[in-house]
Amino acid sequence: MTTIDTYIDASPVGDVAIDLHLEKVWYGDFLAVRDTSIPIEKGSITAFIGPSGCGKSTALRCLNRMNDLVHGFRFEGHVQFQGKDIYAKNIDPVAVRRYIGMVFQQPNPFAMSIFKNVAFGLKLNRYKGDMEQRVEGALRGAALWDEVKDKLQQSALALSGGQQQRLCIARAIATEPTVLLMDEPCSALDPIATRRIEELMVELKQHYTIAIVTHNLQQAQRVADKTGFMYVDTSDGGRCGHLVEYGATDELFASPKVAETQRYIAGEFS
Amino acid sequence: MSHEYQRMTLSRPPTRGEVLSDRWFRWSTFGFGVAVIGLLIAILLEIGSQALPAMREFGLGFLADREWDPNKNDFGILPQIWGTLYSSVLALLVASVFGLAVAIVISQNFLPRWLEQVLKNVIELLAAIPSVVYGLWGIFVVIPALRSLLAWFGVPPSEVSSSMLPAALVLAIMVLPTITAVARDAIVSVPVKLKEAAYGLGATRWECILGVVLPTAATGIFGAIVLAFGRALGETMALAMLIGNSNVLSLDLLSPGNTLAALLANSIPEAGGMQLSALMYAAVVLLFITLAVNIVGSLILMRANRNLLGGHA
Amino acid sequence: MSDLYAVAGLGSQPVAEQPRVNPPQLERNLRSVRNLVSAALSVIAVLLSMLAALPLFSVLAKLIAEGGASLSLQCFTEEPPTVMTAGGGFGNAIEGTAYMVSFGCLLAIPFGVMVAIYLAEYGLKRRLAVVIRFTTKVLTGMPSILAGVFAFGVFVLGVFGRPSPFAGGVALAILMLPTVILTAEEAIRSVPAKMKHAAVGMGCTASQVTWKVTLPTAMPGILTGVMLAIARAAGETAPLLFTAGFSFYFFDWSEPNSPMSSLSVLIYQFASSFAERQQSLAWTAALVLVCFVLAVNLIGQFIISRSPMSRR
Repeated sequence: MTTIDTYIDASPVGDVAIDLHLEKVWYGDFLAVRDTSIPIEKGSITAFIGPSGCGKSTALRCLNRMNDLVHGFRFEGHVQFQGKDIYAKNIDPVAVRRYIGMVFQQPNPFAMSIFKNVAFGLKLNRYKGDMEQRVEGALRGAALWDEVKDKLQQSALALSGGQQQRLCIARAIATEPTVLLMDEPCSALDPIATRRIEELMVELKQHYTIAIVTHNLQQAQRVADKTGFMYVDTSDGGRCGHLVEYGATDELFASPKVAETQRYIAGEFS
Repeated sequence: MSHEYQRMTLSRPPTRGEVLSDRWFRWSTFGFGVAVIGLLIAILLEIGSQALPAMREFGLGFLADREWDPNKNDFGILPQIWGTLYSSVLALLVASVFGLAVAIVISQNFLPRWLEQVLKNVIELLAAIPSVVYGLWGIFVVIPALRSLLAWFGVPPSEVSSSMLPAALVLAIMVLPTITAVARDAIVSVPVKLKEAAYGLGATRWECILGVVLPTAATGIFGAIVLAFGRALGETMALAMLIGNSNVLSLDLLSPGNTLAALLANSIPEAGGMQLSALMYAAVVLLFITLAVNIVGSLILMRANRNLLGGHA
Repeated sequence: MSDLYAVAGLGSQPVAEQPRVNPPQLERNLRSVRNLVSAALSVIAVLLSMLAALPLFSVLAKLIAEGGASLSLQCFTEEPPTVMTAGGGFGNAIEGTAYMVSFGCLLAIPFGVMVAIYLAEYGLKRRLAVVIRFTTKVLTGMPSILAGVFAFGVFVLGVFGRPSPFAGGVALAILMLPTVILTAEEAIRSVPAKMKHAAVGMGCTASQVTWKVTLPTAMPGILTGVMLAIARAAGETAPLLFTAGFSFYFFDWSEPNSPMSSLSVLIYQFASSFAERQQSLAWTAALVLVCFVLAVNLIGQFIISRSPMSRR
């Protein structure tokens, strides 16, 4: 049996947007993630990296209660957002998700026009202002405007994969949510589209707090300010993910403190 | 950095109205769901309660009695039960052969793809023609055709009219699409690797079909036939127009007969009193026979699917 | 070696002892029994299939020949002739079919779609959903005449005391309901989960996900199911026979509890008539009915083929 050291440098530099303090996450009888605490800082990009099955997506989805959709999901711990625990009994998960937007692994535009996709969240939040201007702003923000400005009324499903994902980002930022979660947003995309979205993330962090899950180490290095490395603990027979190392991205990649992090960064397993 | 970050969000929490209407909507879908169960129970209760006087009066003897005489208040449905089963079985015998042939032909690369599609659509269209139109067609096309056909075998034309034979033939046409569609699904879901194994051993096309494809799909094909049987039992209009509507219990294909559904269609409008109750009793019997057959058919098909899935795993 | 051949089913004789003289024969041998049987079975199967398709063409040919002969504008606008009179049409039957099918839709579509939403979305993993789905399948298999018997018992014997379009509409709705439920459930289920997740992730309530994303995306599938249900209901005779009944006259809307004619019941009534004009009108009505049913089916196919879901 090997116990894995952890090295958590959790002294935040800026204000904390979401304080994730995850003790245990269960899917039915299966303990999926334990002991993962990350302060997600305002106006920065926090990356979750680690081998597949390490629970990084699960941890991210705890931040806006997307896991509530999974049958048998149980959460122990707390997630502080603007001074409130979003897992408290009196909190409406629907309201949480309006403030904490999400971009998914697979591009998932709705089967409607490009314009309606972007305007969707605005209508949902009963936005009363100039809809067209907002939609244009969001599409510009997602670096998609020039490509789609002449075909806003066409079906979003006709766009390429990379365009669809940028549309999903535009849709998510149209309502200017407080935090943006991205769950492996580039895994279904080609390198050129990936590059564009990475540039976009760096631009967006001027205005948004971003948390991203990625299996691409270079991507984390390129975009993230802080990085958390998660690893699977199979010591007690299960496959339980947990946070092993957390700190500033440069430091984590330049001088990882924990053996598992070193080996992962060196590409010894994935 | 944290100072630059200050900005407004457009996000708003859901209003009270949104939350309440969400709850209301979800409960109402639940209510409609329960109402479906309520509907079936209401149908059973309504028909059952109307049938109660006749059930008390005639008991189970109703099922074995051959008389249907409103004047003497004597009611029994043995000939109708017989006619229902006999016509359906005859129809199935014919429809199974043809339906299975079509299912094989449109799924085993006998025809060019476009012709397969045309044949499939044509058979599906057979299911779209209303029952009453088949009845009309039966009266004016099938019976005259049978007359001239049977004349070759020495049957005088005057003896060929509304009877079991034309009724069963038309019924066969009506249930054929069911058999073809369900049997085709079963045949298509036979794993390709099994067929490849047969061809790899040097089997001819039909050795493969008869030796591998049909046995593997057998449960599904059987389920198709049982489902078609359920449909045939409840079919009303074409039979009411073609079977002759007389309470005769006979194996003779050219003898007129009656079915439960045709009895209901012909007698309910003018019935009253005990006769009406007896008709409701007949409806209960029809309901139970068709329910039993349909449930058996569905179970067989579920099992066929499970077997195939189990085979993959 | 010989054991191996025996296991492989190539005969129990020790093969290795027989010197192989002939090279393998690979050319087609048209006279071999196996090939002949195979070819014969193929011919029989294709012939049976063609024969199975024959009735459709016979029905259509007869409909066009007999029904087309007396097709005229008057058929759509006039009341049916009695045995003694000539001319006439089946305008009142078209009115009745249109009215009762519409009424059936009005009841069955909202009901069915709500049930489908429960089955496919909110009640997905509950035991109640299994029971409801089973009940729906039972209703699908129920003979159509029993829907008529039920509506007859409740409305004709009970509430109104005589046949009415209301009772006929309810009977048709009962028949349409399971088709609408099952096809709508299928359509709603086929909406990709990732689309629903996107809506949830934006902060939609469960019913907002359903209304704003799931239903619009599933709409082509739902409409196709509705078209199937309409086509089926329009052709139904048995459930209307004693619920709505038959009438020679246009419906008197000031007297809502009175019999209403329909195309299918008119065909049934006139099929065995001795009056030639009534017989030929039965054929014309059948032609109109079949054209309507086929057209509705085609529209359903067209809608589903234009669906954004099927294009991807």
